[in-house]
Amino acid sequence: MKAHLLYADADFDLTAELAPHSDDLIRDLELDTMLAAMAAGDSFLLDISRRVLLTSLTDLSTVRYRQEILADCIAEPDIIRQMYGIAVGALKDRRGVWGFWASASPASILSGAINQLEVLIVRLRELRQIADDRGGKFRAPGLTAFFGSLQRELDDEYFSTLSRHLRQLRFRNGELLSGELGADNSAINYVLRAGGSRRSWKERVGIEPRSSYSFSIPPRDEAGSQALQDMTSRALNLVANAAAQSADHVSSYFTMLRAELGFYVSCLNLRDRLMAGGQPVTFPVPTPWTRWELTCEDLRDTSLALHIDGVAGNDVDAGGKSLIIITGANSGGKSTFLRSVGLAQLMMQCGMFVTARSLRASVCQQLFTHFIREEDAAMVSGRLDEELSRMSTIAERISPHCVVLFNESFAATNEREGSEIGRQVVRALLESGVRVFFVTHQFDFADSFHRQHRDSTLFLRAPRQPDGRRTFRLTVAEPLPTSYGEDIYHRIGGWLGETSALW
Amino acid sequence: MTRLTSLLSAGHEGLPAAGQERDRLFASDLNLDQIVNAVAGDRDERELITALLYQRVRDIGTLEYRHEVFRDLEDDGLLEAVHRFAGQMRQVRAHLGQLTRMQSGHQRQGWFLDAAAIYCDAVRCLAEDLAAASIASRALVAFGDYLAAYAASADFAGLASDTARLKGDLAQIMYQVRIKGPRVEVSRYDGEPDYSAEIQKTFERFQQGAVKDYRVQYRGWPGMNHVGAQILDLVARLFPAEFSALDDYCRLHAEFMDPAIRQFDREIQFYLAYLDYIRPLRSAGLSFCYPELSGDSKEIFATDAFDLALAAKLAGSGKALVTNEFRLSDPERVIVVSGPNQGGKTTFARMFGQLHHLAGTGCPVPGSNARLFMCDQVFTHFEREEDIADLTGKLEDDLLRIQQALLAATPASIVIMNEIFTSTTLRDARFLGEKVLAKVIELDLLCVYVTFIDELSSLGPTVVSMASTIIPEDPAERTYKIVRKPADGLAYALAIAEKHGVTYSQLRGRLSS
Repeated sequence: MKAHLLYADADFDLTAELAPHSDDLIRDLELDTMLAAMAAGDSFLLDISRRVLLTSLTDLSTVRYRQEILADCIAEPDIIRQMYGIAVGALKDRRGVWGFWASASPASILSGAINQLEVLIVRLRELRQIADDRGGKFRAPGLTAFFGSLQRELDDEYFSTLSRHLRQLRFRNGELLSGELGADNSAINYVLRAGGSRRSWKERVGIEPRSSYSFSIPPRDEAGSQALQDMTSRALNLVANAAAQSADHVSSYFTMLRAELGFYVSCLNLRDRLMAGGQPVTFPVPTPWTRWELTCEDLRDTSLALHIDGVAGNDVDAGGKSLIIITGANSGGKSTFLRSVGLAQLMMQCGMFVTARSLRASVCQQLFTHFIREEDAAMVSGRLDEELSRMSTIAERISPHCVVLFNESFAATNEREGSEIGRQVVRALLESGVRVFFVTHQFDFADSFHRQHRDSTLFLRAPRQPDGRRTFRLTVAEPLPTSYGEDIYHRIGGWLGETSALW
Repeated sequence: MTRLTSLLSAGHEGLPAAGQERDRLFASDLNLDQIVNAVAGDRDERELITALLYQRVRDIGTLEYRHEVFRDLEDDGLLEAVHRFAGQMRQVRAHLGQLTRMQSGHQRQGWFLDAAAIYCDAVRCLAEDLAAASIASRALVAFGDYLAAYAASADFAGLASDTARLKGDLAQIMYQVRIKGPRVEVSRYDGEPDYSAEIQKTFERFQQGAVKDYRVQYRGWPGMNHVGAQILDLVARLFPAEFSALDDYCRLHAEFMDPAIRQFDREIQFYLAYLDYIRPLRSAGLSFCYPELSGDSKEIFATDAFDLALAAKLAGSGKALVTNEFRLSDPERVIVVSGPNQGGKTTFARMFGQLHHLAGTGCPVPGSNARLFMCDQVFTHFEREEDIADLTGKLEDDLLRIQQALLAATPASIVIMNEIFTSTTLRDARFLGEKVLAKVIELDLLCVYVTFIDELSSLGPTVVSMASTIIPEDPAERTYKIVRKPADGLAYALAIAEKHGVTYSQLRGRLSS
């Protein structure tokens, strides 16, 4: 019995290690802001959102599977939140009873397991009730299958079998076990047996040879009764294990349910926040990676939109483009655009909506970021060394159909060398089937690609208004030989001024 | 029937001597310690193996005696047979080691019986396998003859048949115990079904993949408590025939293990351990050879050689290892290695040292063909990156250590120096390097000297210049080939990109693999 709300035919792996570059994604795309809005103060939701968001889907059918479920959730948010509450409640009830832990004695593991099963079964009954009462409201295949399985697997007969076993597991008549002789003649293969055998009448009247012997542990023999207790424990070992695993199974069902519903609850939270801020929200149209697509209207940086009003969005058509080079004024919205692309890519590939009026994009195998890190300037190993080492780490994991977002990379050396390194890196990536977004102020680098006049390259530029203010909207335009450091320099007050946030 | 012939030496030469704990700094510089640790592993005989691998023997007779055994074991069938035997003997020893710690008689007897069963099987298999194999080494021929006679003896046949019969009878026994309060009832098993399976089945529909194992881990041995022993006694009464046979068996076969077989088992570990270590490398296509050895000629060479520790490390990674060669003809003695960083210079230096050390242990050495010098000592001096805090102090320490080495060196010694003086000025480094090499040449030492200072490679006819190489069209690509050629101090514009493997061609290579 599975919830299967994130994949049609598999559980979401809650313990999978996130891709090693996830920390870079979180940092470079400022994911924490968005994740905090999804979690709305619930640390569990924070964790599950982070995991789902950073475990990108590559098959379109699963993306649509989730989009359909999420659309249903948006239509009936109360039922979804109520079911999430039952899953949370089940796990809380379980923690509330005297449970068990590995390394306790099997007898106490068994009794703890029975306690837990008793409370969990109450919550299973609640789920069945919701399925009976409200299941008909949902259309998404994922949700109809989910409610169907609740009604099928948790029928009344099953609930009565469960009660019978919970009584029998108290073993009022002692335990019967079978054993064999191990290599050293000590007992092995203890197996707890269901029934109780009695000596045959022939044996009792002495016609058959005696087939059983017995002894009793004297009351004062503490070591002996300890030993006997030990044997009883061994006898119960497997059945206690089975009961404890069953309790674990049922609670991991609830754990999985909480996690999978939790993701949708998080999406509802984020959507509420974005709607309240008047942001455009839409389901993206994913396309296969056989052709690079990215067409959007009013695409916004979700994290930025959550804490700044009036964020500008970008309209871009980069269909068929494998290299997108973004140049232009500093603080002109280049990094913001890069982040909005990265976030939209991640959100789309986990089945979420995106912050845009419309978006159509090809899925990628994996998303990587390579952003300049200001604080690395002090590192002993040298910035270029550090940058190249991060590049090398990316190279270890990258494959065709991946996307890499570069932000002012390889600028830690002079322009000639930095450009040359950048050219080699980008050329190698493009030829290997990788899509590259590159924000740069290195004219030599950008211009060398411009001079090639390839159809697959798109140049975007962050413009500067005549009064020196930024519009934050990118336009399609070739790179210019200068950057705009000078006016920022003046704005921040020259070398004597205080630096301030650039937003 | 005792046999005094050792597998390690025809006489007493080369057997590990006590109190030979010398300075093993050279071992860590050459990564020999990694090799030795990996070879010895956690084997029962790791002390013997470690001693043999650190101890160079300067006796050609002994080294050839060992080569013969290694050559015999090149036969996969024989090697596998010896492996199987060694594994079984390890079990036998472990079993017998437990006996004294057991209190129940029935249990001790069971354990003893099991040990004997494994031993019989081990002996029988090895005898058959040795008889079928073609063996040429003096050591193994002698042992094979001995073992054949032993396995054919009436004593051994009796032991084997008694053991097998009894094992089978005991394994058939199945009983059941009912525990209620303090009362224990023991009877023959009568077919009741398994209850835990029923519980599992009921909750099967919630199965969520792997779950925690709540089975408590119990130790049934060594020794068993008096309740277990009481139950075993009752089982023995329920099955009287089987248990009285066991009694008789233990009296009759109290001393079943043969001392000569035990000695073989110990000494063969040295060979098995080394062969185990190099097996994956051989299957990856690397060669090992039995070097020609000389105690006086310094005309040495090796082809298709490599750093054994590095090869072992790379073996699991699927990365190809580059092999190298060297050849010195009189009067050449010193190899000065230069060239771009990360080009395999250090690896080359280690390889040179490892080859000479390993040759002195009688083991096959990395390479397809080699003639090597039987040295008395290997001196190494490798730059240590970690202690850069106090440069002046470090330089002084370096010089003192080099001085000590050069004082202790004899003409039969080997010196290997790797990128020393890198933290001093170029002028200092050149001056000191020339001084070191002048002394090395004066002592007529075999030497490998890795340096970034080109001038050191042209100090006369005893000095040979070798350098790490590049592909001219693509200076970023590393070949890891060290070849004879004059030093050239080219600067590489993309050297740092290259170091991280992110130049165009490196990336293309990495992304296509």
